[in-house]
Amino acid sequence: MSRLATRLSSLAADNRAGLVTYVMGFDPDRATSQAIFDGLPAAGADIIEFGMPFTDPMADGPAIQWAAGRALEAGGSLRGVLEMVAAFRKKDAATPVVLMGYYNPVYAWGPEKFCADAARAGVDGLILVDLPPEEADELLPSCRANDIDFIFLTTPTSDDARLPVIVGNASGFVYYVSIAGITGTASASNQAIGDAVARIKRHTSLPVCVGFGIKTPEQAADVARLADGVVVGSAIVAAADEAKKAGADPVAAALGLVAKLAEGVRGARK
Amino acid sequence: MSSLNTYRAGPDERGHFGIYGGRYVAETLMPLILSVEKAYGEARCDPAFVAEFRTLLAQYVGRPNPLYHAARLTEAWGGAKIFLKREDLNHTGAHKINNCIGQILLARRMGKERIIAETGAGQHGVATATVCALFGLKCVIYMGATDIERQAPNVYRMKLLGAEVRPVTSGAATLKDAMNDALRDWVTNVADTYYLIGTVAGPHPFPAMVRDFQSVIGDEVRAQMLAQEGRLPDSLVACIGGGSNAMGLFHPFLDEPSVRIIGVEAGGHGLDKLHAASLTGGRPGVLHGNRTYLLQNEDGQIQEAHSISAGLDYPGIGPEHSWLHDSGRVEYVWVTDDEALEAFQFVTRAEGIIPALESSHALAHAAKIAGTLSKDHLMVINLSGRGDKDVNTVARALGDVHLGGLV
Repeated sequence: MSRLATRLSSLAADNRAGLVTYVMGFDPDRATSQAIFDGLPAAGADIIEFGMPFTDPMADGPAIQWAAGRALEAGGSLRGVLEMVAAFRKKDAATPVVLMGYYNPVYAWGPEKFCADAARAGVDGLILVDLPPEEADELLPSCRANDIDFIFLTTPTSDDARLPVIVGNASGFVYYVSIAGITGTASASNQAIGDAVARIKRHTSLPVCVGFGIKTPEQAADVARLADGVVVGSAIVAAADEAKKAGADPVAAALGLVAKLAEGVRGARK
Repeated sequence: MSSLNTYRAGPDERGHFGIYGGRYVAETLMPLILSVEKAYGEARCDPAFVAEFRTLLAQYVGRPNPLYHAARLTEAWGGAKIFLKREDLNHTGAHKINNCIGQILLARRMGKERIIAETGAGQHGVATATVCALFGLKCVIYMGATDIERQAPNVYRMKLLGAEVRPVTSGAATLKDAMNDALRDWVTNVADTYYLIGTVAGPHPFPAMVRDFQSVIGDEVRAQMLAQEGRLPDSLVACIGGGSNAMGLFHPFLDEPSVRIIGVEAGGHGLDKLHAASLTGGRPGVLHGNRTYLLQNEDGQIQEAHSISAGLDYPGIGPEHSWLHDSGRVEYVWVTDDEALEAFQFVTRAEGIIPALESSHALAHAAKIAGTLSKDHLMVINLSGRGDKDVNTVARALGDVHLGGLV
């Protein structure tokens, strides 16, 4: 069983949702980013999404746009991101790592070679925002050959006709983008999230993780009652950035927020 | 590719021209992209839609515009007989309006009430703001802060027309970044908003749809040349940023083997320095919804383009051009900022026509090759827009600081 499947089934067995945390590789620099990455499991992250910086993050709001800019400024690259995953894997063999970003850097690397190299580094899944099911056939065979789960996104615009097209090739989990919009901006209502998760689950038996617009431990707890996983990204990225700008420790700020989010998620169904 | 019996059949049903094109967009947008494709497929076969498009082109845009025999340029360059396709005489001063008329009719047909667009030089922004005024639709234009500064007159035109101009400060604050922000807006306002893309790029069906709306240029040139000279032209020359004026001129002639077709990219300061020549200086990648040639580094990070012409200042190109480049049907070349500036001044004095800096790239290349061609060679250059918007930029580039401050 893959790391993702193992972790998600043990979460289900414990009757609790998982906390999925997103941070950007190389933000604000390699060493700080590695320290945050390495500290996430102990702070309470169940699954880690690690951002691959890209010059043109079209689906991201300001917090992650700026993070990508800082990361590239600090010399961030896909090669460096894979090296950071490999370093993490030396310390943690169990926590699933999902790379998240945009297709062009992967395409430039070469899809087949990238999947092989990513698997070797210890990557478990891949989310590429701009590779919808219509184009994903150029990457899926390489993902499957290397036991990498390709995580598809569902959104408020995915209707009952569209959902089977999306989840048909999905593995690992299904990501529900809870708002029509970009990362780190508006938040959906609990009612809307609950309805959407129920609708998606009529089309797939895979776990459903919900992201976009979840910022506080309270919001995370709410979503943890409705879904199998709660994804938080922009809020963690922003917490680290604000701490650094204030002369405080960005690692402590990011991991401190993760600990509070984890508390919210773990206590939600009790 | 030489075994192809047509170059005009693309794209396939998934929006691919060979390996190029496609629909590389966020899932939120996919249902909308599919509905645009369906709506366009129906509209193009609807005689009422086609009739309304043609009527507006005739009565509102002022088509057909002339195919002008430029006798003074012909004499000065000493070879090919030069014809200018006068897109600069269209309402709003460039070819951009052709596409805007077509897409605004489609947006209305789809019941969309809010229109967004990106713009570089401001020509597409002005054309979009114009058709929104014509139909009473809300209009938001994304424009890089750098471009807002260098194209100030067009910014004010858009505001007069009732559009909201949103400055984009991310990246280099030019066309690429404006497109990112327009996509972010679209994904957020997916229910009521139509993204009126200004060039033959973006996700399918935009490259094919914009080409179809712009093909009126080539269709007119064919009829006009047959009427004026009794035969087809021998060569076509057009500038390329995203490539919509070029595709509009080229497409009706792609299956005419006797017609030599040349696209001219913006070479900026030269290909070893900053430039915007995606085909000559880039390689295939995925950005803004399509696979195409892009300026990028080894890691797949997109590089900043540079051109003196804001309308060509983009690190990509329409996917059909990438396919035509690989197939060899179209020749793609480049000229520098300085060469374009020289052509701008020369044509202005020789013909009393101030060409856009974009179009000046096509004129600069024509100036290089016209003298090597025989006097019975019929060459058509697409004068895609007028240069009034560029006088400030040109004054500054020529060191005429006084004039630059005044205009």
